[in-house]
Amino acid sequence: MNRRNLVLFIAAGLAVAFVLAFFVSPYASSKPDGLNKVAADKGFDSDIQESPVNGSPLAGYDVHGVHDAKLSKGLSGIIGVALTFAIGYGLLTLLRASRRRTHHRFVASGTREPSGDETLDGAAT
Amino acid sequence: MHIPDGFIDGPTSIAGGAVAVAGLAVCVKKASETMDDKQIPLAGLTAAFVFAVQMLNFPVANGTSGHLLGGVLAAVLVGPWVGTLCVSVVLTVQCLLFADGGVSALGLNIINMAMVGAFGGYAIFLLVRRLLPKTRRSVTIAAGVAAGLAPPLAATVFTVEYAIGGNGAAAVSTVAAAMIGVHVLIGIGEGIITAMAVGSVLAVRPDLVWGAKDLPSHPVVPVAVA
Repeated sequence: MNRRNLVLFIAAGLAVAFVLAFFVSPYASSKPDGLNKVAADKGFDSDIQESPVNGSPLAGYDVHGVHDAKLSKGLSGIIGVALTFAIGYGLLTLLRASRRRTHHRFVASGTREPSGDETLDGAAT
Repeated sequence: MHIPDGFIDGPTSIAGGAVAVAGLAVCVKKASETMDDKQIPLAGLTAAFVFAVQMLNFPVANGTSGHLLGGVLAAVLVGPWVGTLCVSVVLTVQCLLFADGGVSALGLNIINMAMVGAFGGYAIFLLVRRLLPKTRRSVTIAAGVAAGLAPPLAATVFTVEYAIGGNGAAAVSTVAAAMIGVHVLIGIGEGIITAMAVGSVLAVRPDLVWGAKDLPSHPVVPVAVA
């Protein structure tokens, strides 16, 4: 109905997310979060292991090679917002496509109930 | 709230991973049955917004910070099935690219932050809505109350995981009291942020809000006049 309106709404929402991630996140509290603080205070953090992806160019919300701390965190936020939007959008697009395929097959065969497995094998026609 | 590697032992982490995979499979199936086309961009936006706001740690007591978990927010905006998927996308990206949350603990983190909020929190949301009149304001209030309770609920579930397979020496009762205590405070922030976000979307596009589906989308045009 109001498709243009929806595009505008999404664009505005994304703009808010980008602003928060780029301009506000560098000023967020850097104190340990609830779990880490409790673990340190109560002494159950002795077995903590470094994440195996600590060598990632985005590890710790810093873009590797960007030396200004605020800029580095802000840029990592931009990348994360763009990536999570793309993956969320892409995932649901795939779900819609798989549903249509299942529906076509169900109609074509006329006998079998669609099941979750059938939506994944791609042999729709 | 992101569990790092090493806090919870291997078997418990693997079991958590299995529960998360099974739960996500159900969510995928239910989401594909219930979604409509306008949810596609909205799911992307929900994931992106939760990612952004999770970066905004706010101070709570004694040199501690907290951040939005986002499960209730996502469930109220796009429904619990798609909402769980949105928060899980965020947690997976954080875990694999930003080294936030352990890789072995990803399943546990999906349970605590995505599923507990999007299902447990959403159940509270529905309960609170039944006690309030059928208005947009009630949707905002119910979302805020449910989101306020989601962090202590997640902290309780973490304590159960710690009781089953915690590597640390701290007593379960000590961990329970400390975790729930600090997450009651974090819940205040979660509730305020969620109510503000839900209220903003309701003000411009109430038709997009899953948790307000039962309300008339365009009350500006009166359909029935008493």
